[in-house]
Amino acid sequence: MDALIDLLPELWTATYETLYIVALTLFFGGLGGLLVGLGLYLTRAGSILENKPLFFVLNLLVNFIRPIPFIIFLAAAQPLARAVTGSGIGNNAIIFTIALAASFAMARIVEQNLLTVTPGVIDAARSVGAGPIRIIFTVLLPEALGPLILGYTFIFVALVDMSAVAGYVGGGGLGNFALLYGYRQYEPVVTWAAVLIIIVLVQFVQFFGNYLARRALRR
Amino acid sequence: MAVVSLRNVGKVYPPQTKDGASVTAIDDVSLDVEAGDIYGIIGYSGAGKSTLVRLVNALERSTSGEIWVNGQNIAALRERELRQVRLGIGMIFQQFNLLGSRTVARNVAYPLEVAGYPKEQRTARVAELLDFVGLADKAGAFPDQLSGGQKQRVGIARALATQPSILLADEATSALDPETTHEVLALLKRVNAEFGVTIIVITHEMDVIQTLATKVAVMDQGRVIERGPVFDVFSNPQAAASARFVSTVVKGVPSPDELAVLRARHAGRIVTLAFRDSAVDQKAVFGELSGAGVAFEVVYGGINEIQGRPFGHLTLALTGADPVIDTVLAHIRTLTTVTEVR
Repeated sequence: MDALIDLLPELWTATYETLYIVALTLFFGGLGGLLVGLGLYLTRAGSILENKPLFFVLNLLVNFIRPIPFIIFLAAAQPLARAVTGSGIGNNAIIFTIALAASFAMARIVEQNLLTVTPGVIDAARSVGAGPIRIIFTVLLPEALGPLILGYTFIFVALVDMSAVAGYVGGGGLGNFALLYGYRQYEPVVTWAAVLIIIVLVQFVQFFGNYLARRALRR
Repeated sequence: MAVVSLRNVGKVYPPQTKDGASVTAIDDVSLDVEAGDIYGIIGYSGAGKSTLVRLVNALERSTSGEIWVNGQNIAALRERELRQVRLGIGMIFQQFNLLGSRTVARNVAYPLEVAGYPKEQRTARVAELLDFVGLADKAGAFPDQLSGGQKQRVGIARALATQPSILLADEATSALDPETTHEVLALLKRVNAEFGVTIIVITHEMDVIQTLATKVAVMDQGRVIERGPVFDVFSNPQAAASARFVSTVVKGVPSPDELAVLRARHAGRIVTLAFRDSAVDQKAVFGELSGAGVAFEVVYGGINEIQGRPFGHLTLALTGADPVIDTVLAHIRTLTTVTEVR
């Protein structure tokens, strides 16, 4: 317990770092997931921008990247992270890699949620002369908003998980904190403190996500 | 002038698998819809009627033929060019297809947003439309708070927003109960009468055709097998499928099974008389029978009315001396069609 009290400043820094990493990866990964998910949805057979080759490529890419365990992906994508962010380690590289992995995970969730929009509603929009861009912003996204918010809430938890794993390759945050000061120093209380903060964080975000989704679904 | 004119239109879906066969949904259909018509297209599911109507606003593209809408061959247009054409064609759907994330008023405003109307004009037009369909008090409600009939009325208001000259109704009443169906059909009649909108109605219910349409085309396996004014098709259907549809709403000639029952129950000779319009005078026919002293009893059939014109078949059981009946039937044959069943 004394060890924990001594480490409180580090704990707060780690919490802040986790929030920072998760916020940025949620933004970039969420955006990437939205784009790839929309791409999958729009190019599939029978959709408004049907494009079989493009769908095939996107689909293959998502299936290719998604099953790779994150800790291996982290190592495998390191050269790419170095090329993009200038360094293979540290928070920027971590954020890049997590956002990349999250994009592909989120893409499937986005695609699935968009598929719940009844095709008839898109017919109705087309029948009054709406084009694809307008349909995306006035029909697809608003109609699927509730499930999409829940999807993003779901991915938030995965991001916290990924950011903790990233502690292994020099990323900061609660994962690194637990590993460095808890696990390696034989201080289980320190590890549990990090776990507790993660639980509180996830609970808070899940409640907030549920609240927003309820608002969007009006129930 | 025809506002919608299909010339040898075909729609063939490519094979779904490598060894699969292509599917012909629409097979060489030519059809003219005149301004102000309420044109009914009836057929069983899979007959191609929904595909046909979706070709008219190019939600689906034809694979052959020409589709002239307001003087423009839309089969030759690209998707981007079609958007302007679609502003002139409203459409309503079986499942209403309202946007669940928007209020009633914002659903009705949607086509106006797409067409680029300024906000004040949109607000005024939406109020006008909701008033017309009788839902002014539901402007702020969401679609999931409405009944089926109310949803379809919102659908109609939305379809009329940009003042189209053509309205396509794809099974618009098939998801509604009979009473609501009649409310919606009455509203569509008003749309036609008050705004002069040409309506194309797709349905599998002959009742809808009888109540609403002025002309009808019967579809079967992607082809139009019979067409004409509703009265003509109802009173004298030519194709077997047409006759089956007519028989769903009109009790006409008894089927062989029904005849067997009738014959068992009634003594005497059984004849079916056709009555069509005022050309056949019922008083004259029954006058002949009673004048000759032939006793008769109506055992089957009925008289219907389409657009104020009566038609139908009556099956009679006649009792009396055979030679007398023969003579009187010969007289009646000069007045109308008589079918004697033995």
